[in-house]
Amino acid sequence: MKARLLTATAVGAVLSVAVLTANVASAQSNELTLCWAAWDPANALVELSKDFEAQSGIKMKFEFVPWPNFADRMLNELNSGGQLCDLLIGDSQWIGGGAENGHYIKLNDFFAAESISMDDFAPATVYAYSTWPKGEPNYYALPAMGDANGWFYRKDWFEREDIKAAYKEATGQDLREPESQKELLQIAQFFQGREIDGQTVYGASIFTERGSEGITMGATGALYAWGFKYENTPGAYDMEGAVNSPAAVEALEFYKELYKTATPPGYDNAYMEQSLDAFKSGQVAMAMNWFAFFPGLAADPTVGGDKIDFFVNPAQNQPASTLGGQGISVVSYSDNVDGALQYIKWFAQPDVQQKWWSMGGYSCHVAVLNDPGFKDSAPFAADFLAAMDNVYDFWQEPAYASLLLAMQDRLHNYVVADQGTAQEALDGLIADWTEVFEDEGKL
Amino acid sequence: MTDTPIDRMTRATPRSVARRVRGLSDRAIAWLFVAPTIFLLLAINIFPLIWTVRLSFTNFAANRPGREVEWVGLRNYERILTSDGIWSNMQTTAHFLIWTITLQVVIGFTLAWLINRKFKGNDLLTTLIVLPMMLSPAVVGNFWTFLYQPQIGLFNYMVELLTGTPASSFSMLGAGGLAKWSIIIVDTWMWTPFVMLICLAGLRSIPDYIYEAAEVDRASKWRQFWTITVPMVLPFLMLAVLFRGIENFKMFDMVVLLTGGGPGNETLLASIDLKREAFEKWRTGYSSAYAIILFVTVFGLASIYVKALNKVKER
Repeated sequence: MKARLLTATAVGAVLSVAVLTANVASAQSNELTLCWAAWDPANALVELSKDFEAQSGIKMKFEFVPWPNFADRMLNELNSGGQLCDLLIGDSQWIGGGAENGHYIKLNDFFAAESISMDDFAPATVYAYSTWPKGEPNYYALPAMGDANGWFYRKDWFEREDIKAAYKEATGQDLREPESQKELLQIAQFFQGREIDGQTVYGASIFTERGSEGITMGATGALYAWGFKYENTPGAYDMEGAVNSPAAVEALEFYKELYKTATPPGYDNAYMEQSLDAFKSGQVAMAMNWFAFFPGLAADPTVGGDKIDFFVNPAQNQPASTLGGQGISVVSYSDNVDGALQYIKWFAQPDVQQKWWSMGGYSCHVAVLNDPGFKDSAPFAADFLAAMDNVYDFWQEPAYASLLLAMQDRLHNYVVADQGTAQEALDGLIADWTEVFEDEGKL
Repeated sequence: MTDTPIDRMTRATPRSVARRVRGLSDRAIAWLFVAPTIFLLLAINIFPLIWTVRLSFTNFAANRPGREVEWVGLRNYERILTSDGIWSNMQTTAHFLIWTITLQVVIGFTLAWLINRKFKGNDLLTTLIVLPMMLSPAVVGNFWTFLYQPQIGLFNYMVELLTGTPASSFSMLGAGGLAKWSIIIVDTWMWTPFVMLICLAGLRSIPDYIYEAAEVDRASKWRQFWTITVPMVLPFLMLAVLFRGIENFKMFDMVVLLTGGGPGNETLLASIDLKREAFEKWRTGYSSAYAIILFVTVFGLASIYVKALNKVKER
């Protein structure tokens, strides 16, 4: 009797576990986890994805990580073969590592089978967010969120007669949206330390953050505008004369001058959040940040509406903007690859892309961007188009983290910590990058 | 006949277990108890250490599972020991260690010496002084970041009040030359109470009759201090220095929150640099060699120091 009871209990336990496992597996196949950074567009994507849930019956879960920890958290997840994310909207610089290390699924066959054409997306975004090796028709992501580094300013201050007169008197020029980097510096210096409505204000809030990518993303806005190049010949890794060209040295000296003479005190480790804080608290006349934040800024009750306007990163020797933005990839370790592909197929549809833009996401679909009404659809839409026509991105190599941290160190040492000259910083950067590429077997 | 705890335990042991254990020697039973700990020690400490030594001779990168792992011999060690950047980080670490320990010993001992006297409010003052060391380094790092803020920070405001230097004209965490002192100030503020407590224990362990004998011999207070107080507190003080030295050599959290190693690399301690190499740049082989060098350095210095400490205690 006792033996029979034990046997029955064991069989019951095994069956329970089997049923439970089947339920879990079934639940997993009906769920997708999308990983991204925690910011305004991510909230818009949550809303947008409700349509996908209704259509497909697949429940969407989201894992959003604050920007300062985003790369660390997600790259650790990929490197450990983690199954947290089925879909990942990862930074453009990760595409090389994602492809070469097998983290991302190659999407060419899927695109062909589902008639998704990369010609339907802006070429610059396809190149930057989807392809590896760069420019080759091997797609590891669908362009999801176009972005670039742009500028916004206190339009109400720029339009005040007393301030305009003071600027004219100080510089002999009219106060307007800057059309060159040097004009931007001049305006920022004009506002630095000025009293407006009883409050001391400052010129501009710029990126100086050291830990992740901040100062690189900020300073490259000047470097690209001066004509900075990573290599003399694309793909040859011949950096001498390109990275440390006289134009690059001048651009870096310019960025340091902008930081030293026209930014608020204490903004020595500032990135997206600090830039927004400085502007929203009425401390600065101008600020740089990613276009992704512009819808929120335009709607801000304190500094938005009529008080704000936007401009593309000013040209110097050439028009240029630092590329941001991301593509959406299917993680190869996902246990629901089919569901993830289904999401990408849904997301690639023109009407979904149109809705994405209307909700605050930056669509890369030509049907949205080429729409005649696009430029007037938001106060920053025309600037966004202008920026995306001339975007430049950082290395997208598998060893990008080492390359990026080396640049962070060199730039912060020179710009913020006053160590060495711009020439020494860029020469040192070539030495660091050469060592990385030697380790990679590319030099 | 009284019932001892061993008798009660023997009766409580199930017969099946008693049968199994009976026949084992005391030594075998001792090993039985110690074995799980030894196993865990080997699995968690010794094996990773040996594995790290092995990795340090390769170009292994944990984020590149597909890449062929090559044996590079002593190349990682050579690159680390000839790198200007690493030596600069070592100097930064040494600067931080020397100054924090010096300040904490001087201030901690002085506070202990003052607190050791009987006065009203002594207990309350002691409690207030030890408060900083009870805080989490994460909390300390965050609120000192605010205190050092040039526009709203209390620290800059106090400097302006005392010296007339405008508060917003300098940034403790962002200016070259000041940042390394800012982390020293915070660490000293937080950990001086720890040194003070150890010194206080030392001071209170000195019997009164020694001072009474010195009084009888007409020894001055100054002479009593140098010939009784200092030698008898010295072993305690050296222990405090050992603890603080080891802790500060691996200092990470508080400095990361305060400066992140910046501006530039001005406060980039060796431990922070090691973490960046290992888990941000993913140079696993290189960072393994780096970790071994740091381990040997700490182990070597600590061994020499412990020998000196034992000599002092034997006197």
